[in-house]
Amino acid sequence: MIQLNANHLIYLLEAARWTLLLSLIAFVGGSVVGLALALMRVSRIAVVRGAASGYIQLIQGTPLLIILFLSYFGLGIMGYKLVPIVAAGLSLTLYAAAFLGEIWRGCIEAVPRTQWEASDCLGLNRFQQYAYVILPQSVKLAIPPTVGFMVQIVKNTSLASVIGFVELSRAGQIVNNSTFEPFVIFTIVAAIYFALCYPLSLAARALERRSHAGR
Amino acid sequence: MSYKFDFSFLAERWPDFVAGAWLTVQLTVVSIALGLAVGTVCALLRVYGNRWVRAPVGFYVELIRNTPLLVQIFIVYFGLSSLGLKLSAEVSAVIALVVNMGAYTTEIMRAGIQSIQRTQLEAADCLGLTRLQTIVHVVLLPAMERVYPALSSQFVLLMLASSITSQISAEELTATANLVQSDTYRSFEVYIIVAVVYLALSVLYRFGFWLIGLVLFARKRKLGTAL
Repeated sequence: MIQLNANHLIYLLEAARWTLLLSLIAFVGGSVVGLALALMRVSRIAVVRGAASGYIQLIQGTPLLIILFLSYFGLGIMGYKLVPIVAAGLSLTLYAAAFLGEIWRGCIEAVPRTQWEASDCLGLNRFQQYAYVILPQSVKLAIPPTVGFMVQIVKNTSLASVIGFVELSRAGQIVNNSTFEPFVIFTIVAAIYFALCYPLSLAARALERRSHAGR
Repeated sequence: MSYKFDFSFLAERWPDFVAGAWLTVQLTVVSIALGLAVGTVCALLRVYGNRWVRAPVGFYVELIRNTPLLVQIFIVYFGLSSLGLKLSAEVSAVIALVVNMGAYTTEIMRAGIQSIQRTQLEAADCLGLTRLQTIVHVVLLPAMERVYPALSSQFVLLMLASSITSQISAEELTATANLVQSDTYRSFEVYIIVAVVYLALSVLYRFGFWLIGLVLFARKRKLGTAL
């Protein structure tokens, strides 16, 4: 048995970079797909609305763990063998998109009707209405809850450990296997997660307070 | 695509899935009930308590909400056992889920309790209600009615998150899936089935919480309007 030492700490901190990278992939991917979903949800075509809403219901009703298993083991057996980071990035993207899509739909719908009517009167087409009138106003509303959701993304990257991707949680398990001091190690791991997430939580709260004050 | 789906293993293994789903239901119902109790008490302390009570409750809530459930489960199961407190996987799972649920419920219930106006408390005083009566009938029930949609979403999220307890070999639905797929090599089919079961469970839970809401909130049942 090896004593817990500074090298283990460095190893954990290095693994935390993979947690950050995976969070970034999930956030960027989730934003692109999520924006499309949000716009689909407020579309004038019923089929488009239904498709987006069906997707969101499906993802929000299934555990992220199962989505991970499906994209890693499931696709692997079908012949599409993905490396862990791709499988994890894909699953987290699909997952984040469903939640971000729903958050942003709310922000788009929160823009007052009169803004739509005024831009109609000015003769703007649908694209111009979104680009110049509606979306700039919803972005302002969307920032606090989006930052809040980033906390969820960072925490959920811990599940990528189950398909063997060595991020912070998996690194904690690996260190534990050689030193066998689970309480200390997982407390350190939790502390690193806390250090990543708490600033985001604080930022979300501060942004929310500011946006309320502006009203 | 040359892949052929084969669900034939279900004929033999379906009792495993039923048993796994049943354990998931048991784990989550117990965790939701206890988590709601912990969260309600903490929320009351956070709103009405003095500074020395508010600070530790706030610390607990922030600590839990900013760390992953997976790590919390590891600390309870592996961590506590290395300190000499040996717990079974199921008990560890319930403890971790309750601690986790409690923190989220505290925040939700706090929002509800803070929405109760001061004048309501003064009115309750004038009517001669005892402190306990005021808390139950004037504060908690109306507070809960206001935040009930958020609460029930959180409960469903907890049910889905309980899949993570498979990592400490609590034999619930996801662990059952892992077992069956390692026996049959039919991982795609197995996880599709389990995904469908989870979807069905979340629909079922939503319906259940809606029914409970009808029983709990007489005012809403009669008027059908939001508070």
